[in-house]
Amino acid sequence: MSLNLEMKHSRNVLVVRLNGELDHHTAEQVRYQIEDELGKDRYFHLVLNLKNLDFMDSSGLGMILGRYKKVSQLGGKMVLCSIQPSVYRLMEMSGLFKILPTFEDEQTAVSACGVAS
Amino acid sequence: MKQNVHKNFMELKFPSRSENEAFARVAVASFVSQLDPTMEELTDIKTVVSEAVTNAVIHGYENQEGMIYIRAEIDGSRISIQITDQGTGIMDVSEARQPLYTSKPELERSGMGFTIMENFMDEVTIHSKPGKGTTIYMVKFLKSHQQQKMAN
Ligand SMILES: Nc1ncnc2c1ncn2[C@@H]1O[C@H](COP(=O)(O)OP(=O)(O)OP(=O)(O)O)[C@@H](O)[C@H]1O
Ligand SMILES: [Mg+2]
Repeated sequence: MSLNLEMKHSRNVLVVRLNGELDHHTAEQVRYQIEDELGKDRYFHLVLNLKNLDFMDSSGLGMILGRYKKVSQLGGKMVLCSIQPSVYRLMEMSGLFKILPTFEDEQTAVSACGVAS
Repeated sequence: MKQNVHKNFMELKFPSRSENEAFARVAVASFVSQLDPTMEELTDIKTVVSEAVTNAVIHGYENQEGMIYIRAEIDGSRISIQITDQGTGIMDVSEARQPLYTSKPELERSGMGFTIMENFMDEVTIHSKPGKGTTIYMVKFLKSHQQQKMAN
């Protein structure tokens, strides 16, 4: 089982699409790839598109919270979009939505970041 | 006509490598699917197996290689899953169960593993001895299965 990551940018927003399963084994690679891209200083905000994320556990929560800390320390905004029901349930249970706004689709999520910048 | 309660079990043993986390949760889920669980119940089971196995890898063996054992049992609509490591063990189990408690915040852990297990399962028991290892014992009653039996 693996995870595949697609990145694109829309002005100063980095959009990351996660496809597959996010667990302890795959979270590390995702963390490095996102940190690497954010380190290029072209981006300010981060959108995670979870449309094709089929599974996630607490390792995924940790990875998401870690990115949230980094992005918000630098004054950026981080939002989520297109979350599948099973992943949504875990996030809701964990109280993640108290910190991270979530949107129906990628476009709305990207413009939500734009409004804040 | 008297019907026997459906019973079955399986056991797995594998080294504590992170690539086995996905294998373990998929194996237990596919064993349990003989009971025709809902998607939600199947996700719950996958998630809790992933939590307990990941804990064995990260905390139990601290990324050294050791063996992880799983035993899953079916007894009617009752599923029990036992996950054992022979790693470091837990000093203070009630502290470990607290939401947001983690002994490894530097690894981006959220401290939600046990809370997730307790939420997704009907029973969670932790047996642990420092220096000896940890066994997590979890039980879930499948609702869909009970309803189906009553309807028959
Ligand atoms: N198998 C184990 N062996 C030794 N210690 C464990 C084991 N499982 C859990 N623990 C201890 O219990 C604590 C809480 O576990 P829990 O799964 O709730 O959180 P976590 O693993 O630290 O973070 P998360 O699961 O959110 O990534 C751990 O930080 C660890 O100290
Ligand atoms: Mg854990």
